[in-house]
Amino acid sequence: MHPVRRQRLIIVAFIVVGASAAATLIFRALSDNMNFFYAPAQIAGGEAPTGRTIRVGGLVVPGSLKRAESGLDLAFRVTDNRAELEVDFRGILPDLFSEGKGVVAVGELMPGGRFKAAEVLAKHDENYMPPEVHEALKKGETAGLAATGGDDDVR
Amino acid sequence: MARLRLFLPLLVFAALALLFWRGLSLDPNYMPSALENRPLPAFSAPTLEGPVISDAELRGKPALLNVWATWCPSCAAEHAYLNALARKGVLIYGLNYKDNAEAAGRWIAEKGNPYVANILDPAGLIGIDLGVTGAPETYVVDAAGVIQLRHQGPVDERVWRTVIEPALAGLSAGSLR
Amino acid sequence: MYVELGHFALILGFGLALTQALLPMLGVMRGLRSWTQAAGALACGQFVFIAISFACLAHAFLIDDFSVRLVATNSNTLLPAWYKFSAVWGNHEGSMLLWLLILAGWSSAVAVLATELTQDMRARVLSVMGMIAVGFHLFVLFTSNPFLRSFPNVPQEGRDLNPLLQDIGLVMHPPMLYLGYVGFSVTFAFAIAALWSGRLDTAWARWSRPWTTAAWMFLSVGITLGSWWAYYELGWGGWWFWDPVENASFMPWLAGTALLHSLAVTEKRGLFRSWTVLLAILTFSLSLLGTFLVRSGILTSVHAFATDPARGSFVLAFLGVVVGGSLTLYALRAPQSSGPAGYSWLSREAALLGNNVLLIVSMATVLLGTLAPLLVSALDMGRISVGPPYFNLMFVPLMSVLAVVMGVGPLLRWRESSAGGLRGLLVGPIGFSLAAGLIFPFVYRGHWHGGAAFTAGLAAWLLSTLFAGLRQRLRERGGVQALPRLGSAYWGMVVAHIGFAFCMAGAALTSIYSDERDVRMSAGDEVTLSGYVFSFLGTRHVEGPNYSAERGEFTARSEGSTRVLHLKAEKRDYHSQMGNVMTEAGISPGFLRDLYVSLGEPIGDGSWAVRVHHKPFVRWLWIGGVLMGAGGLLTLFDRRYRRARAPASVPVTAGAVA
Repeated sequence: MHPVRRQRLIIVAFIVVGASAAATLIFRALSDNMNFFYAPAQIAGGEAPTGRTIRVGGLVVPGSLKRAESGLDLAFRVTDNRAELEVDFRGILPDLFSEGKGVVAVGELMPGGRFKAAEVLAKHDENYMPPEVHEALKKGETAGLAATGGDDDVR
Repeated sequence: MARLRLFLPLLVFAALALLFWRGLSLDPNYMPSALENRPLPAFSAPTLEGPVISDAELRGKPALLNVWATWCPSCAAEHAYLNALARKGVLIYGLNYKDNAEAAGRWIAEKGNPYVANILDPAGLIGIDLGVTGAPETYVVDAAGVIQLRHQGPVDERVWRTVIEPALAGLSAGSLR
Repeated sequence: MYVELGHFALILGFGLALTQALLPMLGVMRGLRSWTQAAGALACGQFVFIAISFACLAHAFLIDDFSVRLVATNSNTLLPAWYKFSAVWGNHEGSMLLWLLILAGWSSAVAVLATELTQDMRARVLSVMGMIAVGFHLFVLFTSNPFLRSFPNVPQEGRDLNPLLQDIGLVMHPPMLYLGYVGFSVTFAFAIAALWSGRLDTAWARWSRPWTTAAWMFLSVGITLGSWWAYYELGWGGWWFWDPVENASFMPWLAGTALLHSLAVTEKRGLFRSWTVLLAILTFSLSLLGTFLVRSGILTSVHAFATDPARGSFVLAFLGVVVGGSLTLYALRAPQSSGPAGYSWLSREAALLGNNVLLIVSMATVLLGTLAPLLVSALDMGRISVGPPYFNLMFVPLMSVLAVVMGVGPLLRWRESSAGGLRGLLVGPIGFSLAAGLIFPFVYRGHWHGGAAFTAGLAAWLLSTLFAGLRQRLRERGGVQALPRLGSAYWGMVVAHIGFAFCMAGAALTSIYSDERDVRMSAGDEVTLSGYVFSFLGTRHVEGPNYSAERGEFTARSEGSTRVLHLKAEKRDYHSQMGNVMTEAGISPGFLRDLYVSLGEPIGDGSWAVRVHHKPFVRWLWIGGVLMGAGGLLTLFDRRYRRARAPASVPVTAGAVA
């Protein structure tokens, strides 16, 4: 074969094989690992699936945090001012978790309607509100808050 | 023909840029609040000035409810403008949000007081009912105590002219000027 | 007064950047020698003025001048001096000034060090860098001015630097990262200058290579520092989160690594020219994209800067001009013929092509995962996040194949290798890797683990093929006495590849073997994890310079050993933080394992929620990163670069100036 043509064939082969394998893998992986966000009201309305990793968020209802007598089991309620959701969690809450503030919990909705969180996230800033929580609360956007200068990091 | 292939990266980038542009516009400054067109939540709380205040006392005249705190630099930035508004005769109530009264008192003494009264909300509980997500925020409340508008971020000349004044003017401009 | 001086110096710097962009360009177009010659002086001048500006801002931080708004919101009188200094770039405005300073630094480094360039080429390169600088100057001056004052209400005390940033890792991380990001602007400028002049030849690749290597070296170290910082400072033992901001730095690294290898082919063989120039554009575009993603707030991130749509729009517009413009230039001017000679499947060209395809696919994977949430919400299909499992699932196969190719690549010759010779070279490494893989899980843990065996096999493969390559080289050049003559570029490659082996092994093995447990502990309680007994001695109150803390004291010892390790984990309450508490982990580091303890919250009755970790091989990640950086540095010391620079009588490293 002519060397230039041969070389081109190599390139094309590489690209076709690589790209198609990658595309298949990527889309399968992506669709398996997309975690949709639901607000408590959506969950109360039965919109969220059970048995799949989802995220929920809202404000922690003041006074709702209850701990087990022993061990690290705990539960709290999350609200979007329209509905409330019971969240169960075992483990250590983030430093910035506090009642009345925004949180996002990642986990699964149990058939009984309680949410079993595998992970609870809170953010570093007094002014911060996760955008999803924002939206869930239908209260607008972080843009205005940004002006309050709560910088977070430099990465 | 082969030259056209070299335009491929440019096309990919154009598609991405479009996405980013859409992404930016997905975060508008303003989005209607669920509490807009709803009455102020009921509350009863002490004020910085002393006496307990309830939501009933905010009714009667259109007013602004400004959420502020001493830990919030943008609140400092908008304070002078609030003073100016108060001098123009705009009624402004303050909601001192997740703050301590002592610091708030010093702040007012230092920077001037644009507020008719300052509702103290050290735990942010009224803030939750109101749906406050940060400070500063400013709500336009009509004479019936219904929230007409909510603005997030500091109030300045531009915001006043384009957002707040029109909303207030729609209520009963006569009582303001 | 000096604050205004800083602002004024910044504006003068902007003027010089504008001149640097225009004058040399017009000089080249009109053939005016004196104008093209001015490029170097303009670049150095710009650097001097930005340095003055930066020094003024640093001074404001060091003397606690709270009339400067930036100082008031990001510093505090109680802050130790070195953190006051690093607070300069611990915020959006200051970090952009640092960015400008580094950009001007790289420009003047090109002006001073790139003496082998023709005068026209140098003028073009500096003109392109001037244009980039103009964009960033406008950004800083109009949307992110660090010198804003807050008269007349000067605060008595500052709001303090975010406690997470009060750390040595964060003092070093941003400058390193920016040196990397911005360093790719040099490669970008070379690419644009080459397209512009129409001379996309091997000389262009030869000139670009050391600059690319230098930028890549800084970026590697920067990312490593970031990961290390996240590990010990965020307090929960994670070292990589696939967070948009991390991805923003990782994508240019992947593209830059591809570029580094593709440049080698273009320089040595004149092949892949259009591809290489595209990679150069891509790498810098991804650096800019990172800036956009981090500062526009369109993606949620634990690490994002305060968001501001005005800044977002500006960076997007700038991104449009730079990337759109350069890709248009590329489409119109890139050469279409791929060069004269062919190569076979068994050639170094083919291996490097494989490297490029794998790295770019990896980069695309990260890009897709990062942008998917944006895409889905733009299509109004809800709010999603993409979990780390997606990235892990993609990276395991991609990096495995990459590692296999990486072992063979350095053994291959340009054009064509003989299959027989290669077989001879590979018998040893294949046997060694199989043996290492089969034995490792048993030696380490006493039972089989497929993933660990595979990892150990791959790491052994990388090391043994490098060794086989060294032997082959020495044999060809007359034995061991040729050792000193192999050249530091070769050793750079070896060290960087060993670094990759460490990173890969560290990432995989720590994911496989790490163990953690959340437990409720009172003073005197013990918990056993992976053969280590952790005991909780109790907490006591300690006072730091600007915080007070509850310090939990722990001991850990290996079962059956008497050596006792002490760990101190803290809950810090920074005075300026309105009751926000920070977790400071207690870590006992080791080459083979880290023990890691973090205090959760107090849960009544004197007991605490405690998380204990056993993290084997986690340190290999950062050892690997540092080795990669060291490999880059070694390469820069190669004879051919030194000889080329000898007339300038300025010693080596390009980055030293910046």
